[in-house]
Amino acid sequence: MTDDIIEQIKQNVIQGRMDKEDEGFDGGMVGQPGVKELVQQALDMGTDPRRMVTEGLTEAMSIVGERFEAKDYFIPDMLASAETVGEAMDILAPHLAKSGMATKGKVIMATVKGDLHDIGKNIVSIILKGAGYEVNDMGADVTPERIVAIVTEEKPDFIGLSALLTTTMMAMKETIESLAEAGLRDKVKVIIGGAPTSAEFAAEIGADGYGADAFQAVRVVEELKQRS
Amino acid sequence: MPREGVLVHRIYERLSKDQMERIHNASMEILTRPGIMCYNKEAADIFSSFGAKVNALPSSGCWQVSIPEALVLGALETTPKVVKLGARSEENSLILDGSEPRVYFASGSETNIWLDMRVESFVSKSDGSVEIKLATFHPRRGMLADLCAAARLGEHLDNLDGFIRPVNIQDEDITEENKDVNKFFACLNNMTKHIMAGLTSLDKLDEVVRMAELIAGGKEELRRNPLISFITCVFKSPLQLVDDTTQKCIEITRRGVPLVISSSPQGGSTAPIKEDGMVAQINAEILGGITLSQLVSPGASVIYGSVPTRAGLDDLADTYGVPEFNNYNIDCVQMARFYGLPCYSTAGVADVKVPGIQATVERLFSQIVIALCGAQYIHYAFGLLDKTATFCPVQAVVDDAHIGMVKSLLRAPKVDEVEVAASLEQIRQVMTTPNKLFVRYIRPKLRSGEVTLPYPFEGDKVTDDVFIRAHERMQELLKRPVEHIPPETSERIFREVPGLLPRLNTYREG
Ligand code: B1M
Repeated sequence: MTDDIIEQIKQNVIQGRMDKEDEGFDGGMVGQPGVKELVQQALDMGTDPRRMVTEGLTEAMSIVGERFEAKDYFIPDMLASAETVGEAMDILAPHLAKSGMATKGKVIMATVKGDLHDIGKNIVSIILKGAGYEVNDMGADVTPERIVAIVTEEKPDFIGLSALLTTTMMAMKETIESLAEAGLRDKVKVIIGGAPTSAEFAAEIGADGYGADAFQAVRVVEELKQRS
Repeated sequence: MPREGVLVHRIYERLSKDQMERIHNASMEILTRPGIMCYNKEAADIFSSFGAKVNALPSSGCWQVSIPEALVLGALETTPKVVKLGARSEENSLILDGSEPRVYFASGSETNIWLDMRVESFVSKSDGSVEIKLATFHPRRGMLADLCAAARLGEHLDNLDGFIRPVNIQDEDITEENKDVNKFFACLNNMTKHIMAGLTSLDKLDEVVRMAELIAGGKEELRRNPLISFITCVFKSPLQLVDDTTQKCIEITRRGVPLVISSSPQGGSTAPIKEDGMVAQINAEILGGITLSQLVSPGASVIYGSVPTRAGLDDLADTYGVPEFNNYNIDCVQMARFYGLPCYSTAGVADVKVPGIQATVERLFSQIVIALCGAQYIHYAFGLLDKTATFCPVQAVVDDAHIGMVKSLLRAPKVDEVEVAASLEQIRQVMTTPNKLFVRYIRPKLRSGEVTLPYPFEGDKVTDDVFIRAHERMQELLKRPVEHIPPETSERIFREVPGLLPRLNTYREG
């Protein structure tokens, strides 16, 4: 039974099926339970949440990754799958904490002050969440003051900043300086991204890492985590 | 006399009348339910004072506005159906008439990367005596001097009818404070065609308008000959009226300068990927913006601006080279026409980062199709690569030639009694000659421009030297003089408009 439901979770993650309303790939799956319902059912059945993560979610995502590499899957597929994992992790988080399995880390995501472009940032948030991080997305046009306040309050491990305009790139620098002024700079790693930014720019403004795309963002976060 | 552009004889349409009505009704439904999320207080107040249902949503910091159809229809009544875009040389003016499919091509947009081209020689590894020349491309950050060069080049590109700054000026001494005045001056001083751009800082609006007034010869003259216009993308799709650009829209409308009200959703990420859903949404967004402009200032010259793209499958970035891009854009041109409004449309962008076969296919694909459906003002049509992130001036030179060919293609056929009689006479005449050739009859048609010239970048027919020849042509065009703003006016502008960089002053001593 347990194996069955974990397999079902896995298959639904691979299809990116969030819940029973989701039509699936061929449009014929409405009404059948999706990841949300299956995870809840599995918990009700007493299934070990750690097994759900390792054998269900993680295995599914590695298959999704392989299909993506092979160009069988495209970004919309990848995002849909990552979103189901994010949702599953939200449901499982309290249970995992009880069983001693912590999340991989907490990330605050924001598009910087003056900038409204948030599509790229949203993708990065979804993929990070799908990779097992707890993500708090603060939206767009987020001032350095708000970032300082949330870092003080939530003590995240990472801050991810996004900017799409050459005029707002400098707000990233401002944010990092504000963190330093508030004595918080060494408490949190800052990674940046967005079309006009670069690894050089990240170094120049004193960020800890740069991601050219969402997958690189995850890699950079993992590397920084290992180093710390 | 305004510029001719090309008057498309028989337009291509995708949507039937019924389908347009369906889209219109869907847009009206969208504007009432879910309505729009308005982040600008003044706009929310304006909508409310004209009877729209407005609910504050404090947790989201915005207002939910439900715009009734009657308000939109009323606004459409006061929206001008013909908009004149003036120019420093009035013969370069453009008349955008919603009921006439006269097509003009323009550049755009604010790319960060300027792509230089070099011609390099390569020697074959297998046969050292074989050497070929190839175009290589080199990206760098765009600068103010590049914008001046782009304007000079644009002045001499015969088929470029209107100019939108194609490169973002990223010099060390350009700040948010002085960007607007410098970018407008760089364009105005280096070309005599219409200049259109977005506004970086609202508080610089009056200075830019002042500059235009000085050039036009006063407030009234500028109204008569609006040699500049603005673009505001008031919506962040889906359906969020942005605080900053909405305020710009309100203020520009109040100044009476023509304004493109545009929206740029990406099918699949910020709008439905399905054609009907995408077009209903973008149409609702543009109409929402137009309605606001007319409530602020009835009769204000605004243009229906549609920039729908499709999300890419590999990165969800905006893509321009796919067929759906054309479908969405054609539908928008039709919707603008449905309301009798002139349309600012989009074509000519390549998704690939460098010029070449892919770029040519992607850009020509939309340039032909969107022109064919009679969009009045096609922006993005020159030199854009990498999904609008890169501008390549050599590519713009190639585009100019291709757009010339597109314009020829779309000219009305001359088939009437007189023409047919002349052709019959010609055929009879030739049949009486020993060699039976029509060659001599080419000459007058060549002189009148009815017969197009050979492909301007053709090489020796064995090698493809298009970019090398276009590069030579670009260098030659850049050497040609342009008519700058006269010294007295230039001097006044430098005296009265703060923030201009001295290096832009053509008449500066030394
Ligand atoms: C934390 O770690 C990380 C790590 C990786 C990170 C990361 C963070 N953040 C991003 N990444 C990376 O991973 C993501 C996934 O792979 C990637 O994210 P991206 O965001 O790069 O990619 C997305 C998946 C897809 N890309 C996008 O979504 C951006 C597409 C383009 C077309 C674009 C859009 C859609 C919009 N725009 Co704007 N817009 C353009 C863009 C042109 C372009 N082709 O880039 C650009 C950026 N815009 C521009 C402009 C000028 C403007 N825009 C404006 C408005 C808008 C819209 C609201 C209409 C809309 C945004 C909708 C939204 N919800 O975000 C205005 C500014 C508003 C503001 N204050 O922010 C306005 C000023 C236009 C005006 N005159 O009103 C240009 C900027 C030039 C400059 N000065 O730098 C521009 C390059 C277009 C152009 N060529 O003119 C990576 O960069």
